[in-house]
Amino acid sequence: MSAHTAEEFAQEHRRYIQVFVWLAILTAVEIGVIYLPIPHIVIGVTLVVLAATKATMVALFYMHLANEKSTLMWIALSPAILCVFLCLMLLPDLGAITRALTHVTASAAVEHHAE
Amino acid sequence: MSTAAVAEHHGGVEPAETPLTPESWGKLAMWLFLAGDAMSFGGLLAAYGALRYSDPTWPHPSSILGIQLTAGMTFLLVCSSVTMVEALAAVRQGNDARFRMFLGLTILGGLMFLGLQAHEWTNLIVHEGQSVQRNNFGATFFVLTGFHGMHVFSGVVYLTIIMFRGLSGAYSPHHNNEVEIAALYWHFVDLVWILVFTFVYLV
Repeated sequence: MSAHTAEEFAQEHRRYIQVFVWLAILTAVEIGVIYLPIPHIVIGVTLVVLAATKATMVALFYMHLANEKSTLMWIALSPAILCVFLCLMLLPDLGAITRALTHVTASAAVEHHAE
Repeated sequence: MSTAAVAEHHGGVEPAETPLTPESWGKLAMWLFLAGDAMSFGGLLAAYGALRYSDPTWPHPSSILGIQLTAGMTFLLVCSSVTMVEALAAVRQGNDARFRMFLGLTILGGLMFLGLQAHEWTNLIVHEGQSVQRNNFGATFFVLTGFHGMHVFSGVVYLTIIMFRGLSGAYSPHHNNEVEIAALYWHFVDLVWILVFTFVYLV
């Protein structure tokens, strides 16, 4: 990183504090969200969005990824992309889907037997 | 890459700077290490998700885990990230006293986190009867939080070494790349905890 002037240091300091305040607020919101009387799936999606926002803020402002070259940003993003891919690959193995398919197959078998 | 670096490269010597991170090769190496480490955490979190959603009897985390305590631990780690960026800013300004104070606070934050995690584990194992062998909930919980805890411990050791080097006058406004690389590691530990906290404790 290049040499900073006093004004740039002061500006950076303000940004660090702003990010800290946002991280604290978003953490408090996360805690509040889990007690809301709303469907669990909505809570889950909200929490994932909040966590992704917080993680992005840490990477961009504390790890200074916002000031780095775009290739480095792609290197940093690659684990997230691969993780989403891995989750998609695991989807067929998830029990919920397996159970749903088993249920459909069993229902079809019962109908077939009745005929 | 500068002309000098290209000349060195053609002469069979490693170039002095990289196109991605002009500060040092070490910084690029740390980013590559962190990308690989993130994939380890990604694999563990994906396995956790697959096991959890294939088991309808999986307990809701808040019924076993202390959310308030862990929220405090999360806040502590976020605070330690702030003190780490302030330590880096201080060494870049040549303010040694401020650098030592903020780096010391960061190390203290890491130690407090580890202490609280030890307290949480003790409570879960001794009073709640949880263990790695008991069920998939215990196995995934202890592996994920333990893997992260090992990172925090490594970070505390790493930052302590940086502190000792700082005390011996190794860093200056024009020579602080080691501090920046250590800071990258520490922020990564914070970033990963944000995800672990959400997926393991809250969702």
